[in-house]
Order: sequence, then structure tokens, then C-alpha cells
Amino acid sequence: MGEILVLAEHRRGEIRDVTWEMLTRGRELAKTLDAEINVALLGKDVDHFAEALARNSNKVFLIDDARFEIFNSENYQAALAPLLTERRPLLTLISHSSMGMDLAPSLAARLRMPLATDCIGIDLEGTAWSVTRQLFGGKINATVSFSRQGPSMATIRSGAFQITEGDSLNGQIIPLPSPLSDGALAKRFLEYVEAALGDIDITQADILVAVGRGIKGVENIPMAKELADAVGGTLACSRPVVDKRWLPKSCQVGTSGKTVRPKVYIALGISGAFQHMAGMKGAATIIAVNKDPKAPIFNIAHYGIVGDLFKVVPVLKEKVEGLRQR
Amino acid sequence: MNIIVCIKRVPETAEVDLLIDKTGKDVVKSGLVFDLNEWDSYAIEEALLLKEKHGGRVTVLSMGGEESNESLRKCLAMGAEDAIRLSDPAFDGSDGYVTARILAEAIRKLPYDLILTGTQAEDDGYGQVGVAIAEILGIPHASLVNKVEIVDRKMKVHRELEAGLEEILELDLPAALTIQTGINEPRYVSIMGIRKVSKKEITALGASDLALKTEEVGLLGSDIRTEKIFLPAVGKGAELLEGNPEEIASKLFDILKDKGGLA
Repeated sequence: MGEILVLAEHRRGEIRDVTWEMLTRGRELAKTLDAEINVALLGKDVDHFAEALARNSNKVFLIDDARFEIFNSENYQAALAPLLTERRPLLTLISHSSMGMDLAPSLAARLRMPLATDCIGIDLEGTAWSVTRQLFGGKINATVSFSRQGPSMATIRSGAFQITEGDSLNGQIIPLPSPLSDGALAKRFLEYVEAALGDIDITQADILVAVGRGIKGVENIPMAKELADAVGGTLACSRPVVDKRWLPKSCQVGTSGKTVRPKVYIALGISGAFQHMAGMKGAATIIAVNKDPKAPIFNIAHYGIVGDLFKVVPVLKEKVEGLRQR
Repeated sequence: MNIIVCIKRVPETAEVDLLIDKTGKDVVKSGLVFDLNEWDSYAIEEALLLKEKHGGRVTVLSMGGEESNESLRKCLAMGAEDAIRLSDPAFDGSDGYVTARILAEAIRKLPYDLILTGTQAEDDGYGQVGVAIAEILGIPHASLVNKVEIVDRKMKVHRELEAGLEEILELDLPAALTIQTGINEPRYVSIMGIRKVSKKEITALGASDLALKTEEVGLLGSDIRTEKIFLPAVGKGAELLEGNPEEIASKLFDILKDKGGLA
């Protein structure tokens, strides 16, 4: 009887959803294997987290130390490397978030444990793991296997699994002594900073006109703004537009920007990276304009126009202005 | 300040209809346009900005065949001093960890204060190599970095977390950082600029130069392997609006009126 171990992710007093997503999938897999589903929880005064996690797991390994209050990959690795070495879980699940991306590659390298990152699916082929990942920004999926048997690690994309509430497992909370030494860290947390708020709050808009890489240049932003004005909407954008400084960060929709739920979301030249879609898939109606008929955005859009946004947008603007004046 | 930047040449696929090749494990590469991985273009720019401020040298490393020289030369044209290509038939099929191992063995031979990589590659997106290099070399790291400042051999970096939150960290040098897009504005390289560096020698190193055994690298040494690739299942999909721009605009107007409360 082995175990599947999920690393709980929390920040500023909240367990992050991806933890429950990993637990849901981990629990299903553990059941198939007749294995335990266990959790590693590192934190300071997080007994209430441990109790919540224990309902969905067999064991919660709780390491309480003030130095775990804020994530630091050095401290996490110092605690998890010995834990994984001792317990040898069949599979360790860590989120593919800013935390997991900073931790998993070095922890796996330290332990020489096979690691598959950013997984959107994880299944069993007999007793071997078979994971699903995306390539080329979500245009292609890949099935990936581990070439060695034994303990493996996977990082899981946020939102890849639905959370389901099973019966309580009444798991046992097992406090472990903190293995952290008093030595100085080579990496030290100083503070959190919030992104600057813009003049306009895109989360409050009923209609958003969002532009992506397909807008091609800062000189074309006014065209999209005119459409937004014509429909009484607000201008927003995907990450590449902010990276290129064509619009401010406060306009950005997606995991590293804002999550929006407008009545209508018009995506212009946005291919649909998952980080973007995670921020706007809750829109009531999604309209996408893109040249590429296979752009992932069309999978979640309600209405699609396969075509050149530079031809569609000016005509639409004229039409709206004309019809609204009637 | 000696800065190493690890880069990758990748196909541009944003508006391309990708096809799966006969092996079923890769896409058809012929006809695709290749360029420097987008994240890496921000990493090389950041290295050059730091060099311009603090002095030193920028060395670019890339694992790949001779075609990778194209991306290495682009970095030389941007202002890097040296370029090294890690190339060996035995390297084929290397996963993220093994790629990190090969790069780390090459870096060990060089003086370095800072190692920069892109946060991830546009093609396989493992996002693993930069952080694994740090672990192999025994130096601190920070991923998803969108700001770097160096004062008195101490480095302050901003890491991008979720939902607009950032954290500020202090790191001892040497260190490795994985660079996020948007940290800077990568400089433009003209064809003339690339022509100027076309004669510049690019050192090539193989497995034996790095004291790596062939069974440690490539597919043989790798922990994970791609079994097959396939097109993602298409969701319910969008209702496509067709017609001339006028007709499409009329339909869109109706949808906006109906769903968006357009008066």
C-alpha cells in the first residue's frame, strides 16, 4: 500500500483552490491503486487548514514553523526533501503555480525524481502514470510517460480538475517536527506588492472589448477603443499587449491579471492561452474574432468570426453607431 | 559581472495550422518559421541591461543543432559577447532535467555571477530548466521574475504571483533567475546587425567536452518521454458568423443588443 501525496498550497490565510483540485484527482487515483491519499501542509498556525484537508485525505503531515507562513522554496525544499525520501510516495502532486514553478523543478532535481510539469490530466496505464500536457500554447496535446518506475512528481495546472466533495475520510493529522535549521537563507522574502490599480476597473464593465497579440501594434489600439466606446464597453487585453506596453497592466485579463465576468466579452485577435481563458471564461457571452480557425479561444466562445479583425472591427463600429442613432 | 543566458530556438506557431508528423510524437516542422523563444528574448535583453549598468560579459548558451546558431547570432547582434552551442547527437530527446544538466555542466566551465533563462519555452512549456540548473549548481534561484536590481552583490527581484500580486525577494549571488515576459522591451536587431556578427565564432561543445556519458543524456538519460501527440478535443465550439463584413456586423449588433443590453 503506497500513497499519493498532495502539497497543500496556501497564501495569506487561504488554501488555494488548486489544492482541492489536486486532492480530488489524487483521491480518485489512490482509490484505483488502493493507496492512501495524503497531504503535506507546511505553515504557521494552520490547524484549521489541517482539519479541512483531513476530511479529504487519509493523513495530513503538518509541519508548523513561522518560516512557512510565507512560501520560500528553500524552506519548503528543506522540509519536503526528507519527507519524500522517507515516505517515497508513488506520486507527489504540486500545483503548477508561482509556488510550484519555483519549487518542483529544484525539489525533483535534488531527489532525482522524474517530474512532469503543467499537467492537465493524469491517469494510470496499468501501474504506470500517463500524463497529459499541452504544447504550443494549447494547440497540441501530448501524452507523456515516466521512463522509470518508482516515486514520481507532477505539477498540476490550476483548473484542470473539477473539485468534487466525497465522503469525509476523517484523516489523521500527524504533526512533524520542523526540520529547518537556523542557517541563513540564500533567498529571502522581503514583501508583497500589489499591481497598481488603473483608472478604470475592467471587472465592473458589462461589455469588454479585449485585444490580444493580433492587434499587431500600439497604433491599432484606438481602433479597438473606438469599438469599445461605440458599444458602451470598456477596453481590456491579454498579456502580450501589456508585455509590449501597448496598454497598462490594469487592463489585463487572466491569471496574472484580473478575472472578469461581463455580460459580453469580445476577444479581438486573442488566441486563447489558458492563462487568459482562466480570467474570462465566466463571461455570459463570448464573441471571438481570430484569423486562425483552430485558435483555442473558439472552443469557449459562443460566437466566432474567423477573419481579419482589421476588416471586421471598423465595419462593426460604423454599424453600431448607425443603428444606435436610429 | 558575468552573465550567462540560456536560450532556445522555437517555431512560431501562433497563427499556424499545426500538423502531426509520421512518428506521432512531434509536429511537422517544415514550413514553420523559427525564432528565439519569446521568454528568452526578454532574458537576453535583461542580461544586456544589467551588463550596461554594472559592466561585465554576457555569454549565450543554447542546446541544439547547427540551426540554433541563428538564434545565438541574434543574441550576439543584440550585444552578447560570446555564444556557445551544446550539440551532440546523444542530446536528442533530452527532457527538462537532462537539458538543465547539460547546460549546468557547460556553465560550470565558465565564470558566472548570474544565470538567466526564460521562464518557459513556447513549444513544450515545461518551465523547468532554469530552476533545475540552479539546483544542480547549488545556487539560489527565483522564477517568474519581472524586475531585477543589483546593489553590492545583493540582488533584489520581483516575482510575479497570481492576480496582480508580486513578491520582492533578496538573493545572494551567484544566482539563477527565470525571466517573465514584459520585464523590459527587447531591442530590435536589424539584418545589418546580424550580418555584422555572421563571422563571429560560435563554440560547439559535445557530451565528451562536458564529461557527460551518453547514457546520462538524451532519451536514454531522460525521466520522461512523449508517447504521442494529438489535437485537443474541441469543445462545443463557437457558432460561426459568416458573410461579408456588413452581414457579420449586423449579426454582431443583434447579439450585443440581445446579450449585452445594448440600447
